[in-house]
This record gives sequence, C-alpha cells and structure tokens, in this order.
Amino acid sequence: MSAVTMSEAGTNFAYLDEETKRMIRRAILKAIAIPGYQVPFASREMPMPYGWGTGGVQVTAAVIGPDDVLKVIDQGADDTTNAVSIRAFFRKVARVAVTTHTAEATVIQTRHRIPEHPLIEGQILVYQVPIPEPLRFLEPRETETRTMHALEEYGLMHVKLYEDIAHHGRIATSYAYPVKVAGRYVMDPSPIPKFDNPKMHLSPALQLFGAGREKRIYAIPPHTDVRSLDFEDHPFEIQRFDEPCALCGARNVYLDEVILDDRGGRMFVCSDTDNCESRQADAQKETAA
Amino acid sequence: MSEGPLLIARDVGKNYGNRIGCTDVSFDLWPGEVLAIVGESGSGKTTLLNCLSTRLNADRGTVTYRMRDGVARDLAALGEAERRFLMRTDWGFVHQNPADGLRMGVSAGANVGERLMAVGNRHYGRIRHCAEDWLNRVEIDVDRIDDRPRAFSGGMRQRLQIARNLVTSPRLVFMDEPTGGLDVSVQARLLDLVRGLVRDLGLSVIIVTHDLAVARLLSHRMMVMKEGRVIEQGLTDRVLDDPREPYTQLLVSSIPQA
Amino acid sequence: MYVAVKGGESAIENAHRLLADRRRGDRSLPAITEAQIVEQLSLSVDRVMAEASLYDPGLAALAIRQARGDMIEAIFILRAYRTTLPRLAVSRPVDTAAMRIERRISATYKDLPGGQLLGPTFDYTHRLIDPALVGEPDVPEAAVAEVTGEPVMRVADILAHESLIELEPRVDAEPGDITREPTEFPMPRAERLQSLARGDEGFLLALAYSTQRGYGRSHPFVGEIRIGLVEVEIDVPELGFAVSLGEIRLTECQMVNQFKGSAEKPPQFTRGYGLVFGQSERKAMAMSLCDRALRAAEYGEDITAPAQDEEFVISHCDNVQATGFVEHLKLPHYVDFQAELGLVRRLRANYDAARAAEPEDDSFEEAAQ
Repeated sequence: MSAVTMSEAGTNFAYLDEETKRMIRRAILKAIAIPGYQVPFASREMPMPYGWGTGGVQVTAAVIGPDDVLKVIDQGADDTTNAVSIRAFFRKVARVAVTTHTAEATVIQTRHRIPEHPLIEGQILVYQVPIPEPLRFLEPRETETRTMHALEEYGLMHVKLYEDIAHHGRIATSYAYPVKVAGRYVMDPSPIPKFDNPKMHLSPALQLFGAGREKRIYAIPPHTDVRSLDFEDHPFEIQRFDEPCALCGARNVYLDEVILDDRGGRMFVCSDTDNCESRQADAQKETAA
Repeated sequence: MSEGPLLIARDVGKNYGNRIGCTDVSFDLWPGEVLAIVGESGSGKTTLLNCLSTRLNADRGTVTYRMRDGVARDLAALGEAERRFLMRTDWGFVHQNPADGLRMGVSAGANVGERLMAVGNRHYGRIRHCAEDWLNRVEIDVDRIDDRPRAFSGGMRQRLQIARNLVTSPRLVFMDEPTGGLDVSVQARLLDLVRGLVRDLGLSVIIVTHDLAVARLLSHRMMVMKEGRVIEQGLTDRVLDDPREPYTQLLVSSIPQA
Repeated sequence: MYVAVKGGESAIENAHRLLADRRRGDRSLPAITEAQIVEQLSLSVDRVMAEASLYDPGLAALAIRQARGDMIEAIFILRAYRTTLPRLAVSRPVDTAAMRIERRISATYKDLPGGQLLGPTFDYTHRLIDPALVGEPDVPEAAVAEVTGEPVMRVADILAHESLIELEPRVDAEPGDITREPTEFPMPRAERLQSLARGDEGFLLALAYSTQRGYGRSHPFVGEIRIGLVEVEIDVPELGFAVSLGEIRLTECQMVNQFKGSAEKPPQFTRGYGLVFGQSERKAMAMSLCDRALRAAEYGEDITAPAQDEEFVISHCDNVQATGFVEHLKLPHYVDFQAELGLVRRLRANYDAARAAEPEDDSFEEAAQ
C-alpha cells in the first residue's frame, strides 16, 4: 500500500477501505442521477456514534482526496465540539488540509446549516442527516413511504401544511422544511432552518446528503431546481430577524440568540462564525486603513 | 351519451384456502345505478366488494371498469400507480367503521381536502372553501371544520367520511355496511342524505348490507348472496316483494314490513 | 462585550484525559488485564462478540476495559473496528450437529440420544450472594465426563424424520451480509436472522417475553438448546477442499412451535431459530422466539403484535444505532431551537393579540353557561 493511501492512524486513506468507498461512490452517482431520490447504501459502522454524523462522514470519506481542503461546521460554527471532533478525525485518517473559511474549502461537511457565504462551482457540501424520509412522521412504514415516492403520492405532505395554517394561521415548520427537487422527489433537507432553504435552489455547488443510521444517500446536483413546499396563497417564507448581528452588524443572516443573564438580557449573533469573523476582520482593516 | 356499463364483473371468485370466499359472480353496473349486495355475515359479500374494488386480488374472473376517458380496462391489469389514482379520484370507498376511512388525527377540513391536495390542488383558500361546501352538503356545522373527527359523533364521522370520498366527484362509490354501527334514528338521517347525494350527483354505488331495509331505501337492483354465491338478483322491488329463492323468502320474512 | 465561545478542541482533550483517569481508577489497585476479563467475565465477552458480530475474545475484553464495562459502548468499539477489516472469505455453514457439546438440553423429550447435559449453567443455583467468593478462594477443578465422540443428534432432526416439522431446505447461495449491503424491507429470513443475532439482548428479550404474554403468541417449546464448540471451515478453491480456521463457541436454540396448518401448508411444527456467538442462552432463546414471531406472514397468521412487525423489530433492535440516535439529542440543536423559538414567539403574540381583542364579558358568559 502506498504512502498516500495509508494514514497515520494505520487505516486506509480516509478510514474506509477502497471497496467500501467505491460502493458509496456508486450510491452517490446514482443519487446525483436521480436528484432527491434516497439511495439505499450499506452504511458502515463508523468510530463515532450513529446520529452524530456517520452518514456525512462516510460521504465525505468517499469523495475526499489528498488535495482537498475540508471545513466542518455544526450549527454554523467551526468550533462546536462535534465539528471539532469530525475535523480532527479527517486530519488524522486522511491528513487533509482543513480550514474554517467557506471560500477556501473544497469539501464542507455540515450539520444543520448552509454557510452564509455563497458556494461556488466545484465545492461539495455534505449534509449530516438524522431522518432522511420527509414522510416518516406521516407514515412510519418504510415499505409504504417508498411506494409513495415511487408513485409521487405527496398529498399527505400538504395535509400537514394545511393543518398548520388551519390551526396556526401559518405554516409552522421552521426547520427540516420539505422541498421538491427537480420537480419530482420530495426531500428532507436535513434539519437546517428554513432560512437556508433558498440557498439550495440552483446552487452551483454539489450537495450530498448522508444518513448513516438510516442507510440512505441523496443528492442535489449543481444548478438544480429546489422548491420549498407551500400553497399558492400561503407562499413559503423564511425567518426574518429584527436586528442585525451584534458582533458584525450583518443583516439577512441567521442569528443565534445568546442569553446574557437571568433577567431576560440577550443578544443576537451570527450562527455562521466564519462569516461573522471575516466581516469583523474586514471592518477592522477598513478602520485601520 | 351512455356508452354501456360502468363496471362489468365476470365469474369473479376468491378462495381462502379450501374455503370459498365468493365464486362465479357476474353482473353489469350501469352509470347512476345503485346495486345492493345482501346476505348474512359470512355469505361472501364483503369479500366480493373487496375483489371488485381491487382491495383484494380475485383468484378467478375479471372486473372491467370504464375509465373517465371512456376506455374499459381490466382492473387486474392496472399498475399500482393507476390503481391508487383511480381509488382516490374516480372511486370512493366508505368503510363501516369511519375510523378506517378517515385520518382521525387531522381536522375535518384536512380530511375533506386531502384528495384535492393529492391530485395537485395547491391553493389553501380554495381547498378550504371546497371543504366548507362539502361539510355543508353532509350537514356538518362549518364551525367544526378545524376539529378532529375524534371529537365527532358516530353519525358525523360517517358523514365526514362520505364528504371526504365525494370531493373529487367520483363516479363509483363502494360502501361496506355504511350504517352498521349507528343508532336507528342516526341511520335514517344518513340514509336520507346518501339517497339525496346519489340522486343529485348521479353516482353509481355498490353497497354491501345485511339490512334489507337499507337495500330497499337506496338500491335499484340487488343481489342476494349465500355461501359465496349469488343465489338471486333482480330489481330491488321485485326481489323484496316477490322473492323466488326459499333463502331470500326467509330473509325477507325476517324483517318487519314497512 | 460578548465573545463567542471557543476552545472546543481543548475541552474535548481535557474530557478525554479525565475519562482515562477515571477508567484507571485507584492507582494503588492492580490494573485489570484482558486475560482476566476473558477468563473471569467471559459472559460479558460473549455478549460483546455476539452483538459486535466479531469473534475475538481478546479484542472484546479490551473493548470492555476501554468502555469501563459499559457493554453497548464496548460493542460499539468492536463494531467500529470490524468495519476496517477486509472480508476475506465466506465460511461454510457451521455444522451444529457436529458440535462438541458442553451443554445440551431439550424440553420436549425426557430422554434422547446423546442425553441431557446441563453444562456450566446458572440454572438451579440459588441466587444467594456468596461471600465465599470474596478474595481468591480455591476452586476445585470441574469433573468432566469422557467425550464419547458420538454425534449428538439435533431434536429438530428427530421431528424431521417423521415430517412433523417444516423442512429447512439447504440453500447453497451465498447469504446476504447486512453489514455490507443496504437493508430493504421485506427482508429475507437469513438477513433477518443476522439482524437478530447482533440485536440488543434486552430488546429481544422484552419482545420475546411479550409474545409469551399474548402479543403474538406462538406456542413455543424449547426443542433444544446446545452450547459448544464448532469448527469454522472455508473452501479454498486452489486446494479443492475445506480448511479449518479453528473453533468458536456457539449457543443454538431450536424453538419448536405448534402450527395448525393453513391453505398452503399442512399442520406441522414450525421453528424459531436462534444462534449466537459464545454462551448466551437468554439471547438465543429470545432470538428464536422473535424469529418465529416475525414469520407470521409466512404462515398466514394475523400480524397484530410488535414482535411480529418486521420493520418495527429490525429497525429498532440494534443498540449501537439506538444509543447513537438517542444520545445525539445532547448535541447542539441551537439553530433548530432558535427557529422554534421564533415561531413560538410569533404564535404566542397572535394568541395574546386575539385574547386581548375579545370582549371580556364573553368569557364570563361562557363560565356561566
């Protein structure tokens, strides 16, 4: 085995053996060929727990090469513990360069967010997916949901949205908001806030979704039509924040609420830490200049 | 512009192991016609209904249905997608127990609107308006539109199930003992409603009942089943007023005459 | 001024150091060795091997030690290691009829060829906590009967002679591998058995118990339980014959179930099957009850109970999957929670506005009605 393919951890490059990576790549190719369709794959036991990104890790392991630059985020931040842990894993088993800058990364593995900085052609965004089936909580049976997808039987999905409007006056789904991909398959975009949904539409980057425990891979190829489900008279809308980020002043970005004390004091700051820090750095340069 | 029967059954049969479910059943159903299948429990009428409505695969015989485009199709040859589409557009199925035909966990409005959304309707206001209209027609107070069927009485649930089925203007509705679990007074109101809807909408109906009074009130024609076979069929008035088979005579004599 | 939380990396590092420290415990006591675990906690080792689908007592013992005795954690560690191993060959089916028996009991026949052999069982011990075990007492060697070498015939084969039990036709096709191929429902029985064999002992035990209490009754009898060593052989095409790789310990349970016959099948006994690495009678019995329950559709039985529901049982019996997903709830969910927070605030504002708009005596009237 060559030096390139053997990592310092004593495992094959990017942990998985080549046969397994080939199997995952075949699933990925099929997923790209049928946008939004959940391709079953033989998910492996990984050295991190199911539900903690094993699907994303396997997809990343299958697509990453020695020249790639990896960014890992969780909740939009590079520094959350699980992101740190996954980044460390790939540094160890693949010795790839890592970054926190969205623009520099070739592969970005994410949990629950799409970076604010627009993605470009050639980048791959890998989502960690807990429950890939958008119909699961309407119909628990896998055999039935697969039939519903096959027959494009999506009426039930709208029943749920109808109920939201009837009871709350609005669609009360705020994350993992279902989308229709390329006019065919209804897809769960993983638990990203619906704020991020529009970023999937016609994105120049390749978007791959890996669900390890549920053993499914799906994809949105670059420049694919991605529509959030809605009604003509209750169109899809994203969250709006009343104030800008308290640190960098950004508007039209997703914000985290930070509790400052026990008397209701709070502030709103960017969920995407890289974007926030870059903006702060730019602002400092400007004042210095 | 009537082109012939809506549904044609020929030599339909179904076995459960060595036991006959139903066998050698043949009839034509015409547009706007209400056909009652009567018999005691275990006579095979529900098995037959399920075979006709493709809920069960028949072992023998054919069932042909004239689709909306006028083409008669062998139902056994339909693909799963076509079959499901047929069931939620051009057909209805009213279960004896409304809980089997309703989504008990979602509102009355969504129950009525589901079929519309399933065929691509994407305007909330129009779906809701249509649901209100149908609740009206089945005499459910429109104020209850956002309530779940769990909060409804048995009779209301059954009326809701009917509305849910009729919203896509089906041409054929299957009914399995639709008045089965209801009190006598509630039954009378429901039968009245069904009779009105059938007449106004020109529906064809195949209704299974053990209750000859229901058959008399609703159906044009009836078939009497015993041990899986049709032993007598004809116009409802004729069969009930002048039954030929001893078994039918026994059935008729056992109900109080109006 | 607020500064975003940093330092995930060092926090993790410190946590792991503390974990290693706690794992070692009091340094004045000798460290436990893998050999001691293999020898003295062998049933733990067996369980870890069974549910990790990897037969290696030494590694299983290491995993138990590394996991501080947490069984599911140990199973997880061993499974993650298993992933990295190449799949070199498929063995021949192990021949449990030729097992070197350590224990063999039947509940269906009082006496039978080969006899009843209790072996190293907890059965009939009185579960009195035993102070005599404290320290290092002398334990006399066990008396072991001479091995006669005579094969001990399987109870299922006795019934098969009379055609009173369903036949399991030999299948020569290479079986599927649930760790290498995507699972799809409905599953072939071979793959279902694989899932059950690595399924959580506690989960299967509870399901098996539920079938006895009426949730999917199957009228079971223990035809036979046997524990012992079997040879693992692989065919080597170059040599033209099978080569033995060594012996492994297995527990096999053949549950015999009453069946009155259906349209397609004559009245006969049916079977539920359990086969587990190591000595684990509880698991093998639970597995065989679950296997039989899951065959309900095959026999035209009504599927009414959880234990009969293939998707339910198979999708939830894997403890590594289950623990991962349950425990993932402790990962940050700030983003989604923020979205829900925003939604609840808006809904709440609507609600409060609607209440404020209502004339007050309205509520009074309602109360009076």
